[in-house]
Amino acid sequence: MGEKILMKGNEAIGEAAIRAGCRYYFGYPITPQSELTAYMAKKLLKMENASFVQAESEIAAINMVYGSASTGVRAMTSSSSPGISLKQEGISYIACSEIPCVIVNMQRGGPGLGDIQPAQGDYFQAVKGGGHGDYHLIVLAPSSVQELVDLTMDAFDLADKYRNPAMILGDGLLGQMMEAIEFNEKPKVDLPDKTGWTLTGCKGREQRYVVSFDLDPNILEKWNLNIEKKYKLLKENETRYEAINLENADMVIVAYGTVARIAKTVVQLAKKEGLCIGLIRPITLYPFPEKIIAQTAEKVKKFLTVEMSLGQMVEDVKLAVNGKAEVNFYGRAGGVIPSPQEILNKAKSYM
Amino acid sequence: MKKVFGHPESLTEVPFTYCPGCHHGIAHRLVAEVMDELKIREKAIGVCPVGCSVFAYLFFKCDMICAAHGRAPAIATGIKRTKPDTAVFTYQGDGDLASIGTAEIVHAANRGENITVIFINNAIYGMTGGQMAPTTLIGQVTQTSPYGRDPETMGFPIRMSEMLSTLEKTAYISRVSLHKPANIIKAKKSIKKAFQIPLEGKGFAMVEILSTCPTNWGLSPIEASKWLEKNMIPYYPLGEFKTPQEVN
Repeated sequence: MGEKILMKGNEAIGEAAIRAGCRYYFGYPITPQSELTAYMAKKLLKMENASFVQAESEIAAINMVYGSASTGVRAMTSSSSPGISLKQEGISYIACSEIPCVIVNMQRGGPGLGDIQPAQGDYFQAVKGGGHGDYHLIVLAPSSVQELVDLTMDAFDLADKYRNPAMILGDGLLGQMMEAIEFNEKPKVDLPDKTGWTLTGCKGREQRYVVSFDLDPNILEKWNLNIEKKYKLLKENETRYEAINLENADMVIVAYGTVARIAKTVVQLAKKEGLCIGLIRPITLYPFPEKIIAQTAEKVKKFLTVEMSLGQMVEDVKLAVNGKAEVNFYGRAGGVIPSPQEILNKAKSYM
Repeated sequence: MKKVFGHPESLTEVPFTYCPGCHHGIAHRLVAEVMDELKIREKAIGVCPVGCSVFAYLFFKCDMICAAHGRAPAIATGIKRTKPDTAVFTYQGDGDLASIGTAEIVHAANRGENITVIFINNAIYGMTGGQMAPTTLIGQVTQTSPYGRDPETMGFPIRMSEMLSTLEKTAYISRVSLHKPANIIKAKKSIKKAFQIPLEGKGFAMVEILSTCPTNWGLSPIEASKWLEKNMIPYYPLGEFKTPQEVN
């Protein structure tokens, strides 16, 4: 408590997960997140009532999480973009059967095999579905190693609270960087009792099953509607963002994760030039902080969405702005990280 | 009067959805009788596949989870590693285990997971209407081998039991069939071992059960059993391919 430790992002996620009570990790090596897999191996293989498995593939890993988490424990897997693509079927099953778990994506350049540099090209995959069917992941977007820690711990609570898989959407930069962090004591969250649905062997009760399947479309629709109710609650209760310098802003940048860090520098640089640029940094990408954006669009008439992609979150910004202001976009692809100066230049070109 | 036969405790009252003459019915019953005899119903967690037996979760009276196609051994691994005191089993068909799930079965076997795998091999994809399976025989006509399985373009049928037996940590691998009463009795003995051995922590166990699919083979149940005996057994020999070092 209050003690600062210098840790690499990927490893900080692992330590945070363990401190959040996660003892079951199933993963597969992939750059730029393999240090997380290795960290979990190092720690969990020495613990009682814990399990680390390097699975044969990312597909096997997500299915191991599915099995493990359905018994009621906190289970996690992690990967990077191409491996997360492999997990989509499993995630869809998990979401339909309402099994809580945490999935970490340290994004890299894509599409295809791409490269190993940081990117934000998986926003659509993370936020709009990825897997088939009507469901959503709870998506958290850390912007520092401290947030990797805090949001990983929150992810387990949120997943349990809503019986829904949660994703940490990071990137290769956050995973590789080292920053001084603290493991703070979190206030205890009231979490629902799991004993009503977990698979533990049917001694003393009726047998139960975890299934994501019903041939009766009316029943399946009811399932879907039940799951949707959770998303409404998520929107009302769990939306998070950071807002900087919105008062008197002539333009507001919307950015998340690594790009938001860079955007904070842009805000400072702009100030030095006498320009007032604000920043809205979504911390939850699902639920998306549409309200603050909509409110801001009443007064600020220019937005600039910046992403390490060719424009994914910008669509949600446009939806939230709903025509009330101009929404511009700047992005870099393929794992290229934009510099503060180039973002500022772009912002100025619209002002 | 002493009750010598009845409805197994480990089966629910839900009527099976399987076709008349389908060996899933017999296989389910044998698994349930074994679970009763070993008294493991209350600590069993079963993983059912995609295929005709996707509905197995309705038929077995124990905790069940439905897997994505082929992934049952991975799900079983997750469960058993997390709750080692449970009796974890998968129930899979030939498409599930030997096609899309090849990686998962090989690696669960290779890690020596203490799980029981019931592998129903009926040399065809039943649920989807009779397409070729990895275990379909040469010359066998199916929806996707309409001129008969041709090894030139389709490869040879895979002998999963023999293949998995080469892995060090498989403790028990056997192949049985259900086409005759004598075989059914042997199959049950094998299934019992396949449950006991992982429960004792001795490693991975699989029983490959040669079964008929009268509907998609286009044969009557009786003809189908004869076809199995004449065509499947020569290619898929019955027997125990791997047994644990110590004798039970």
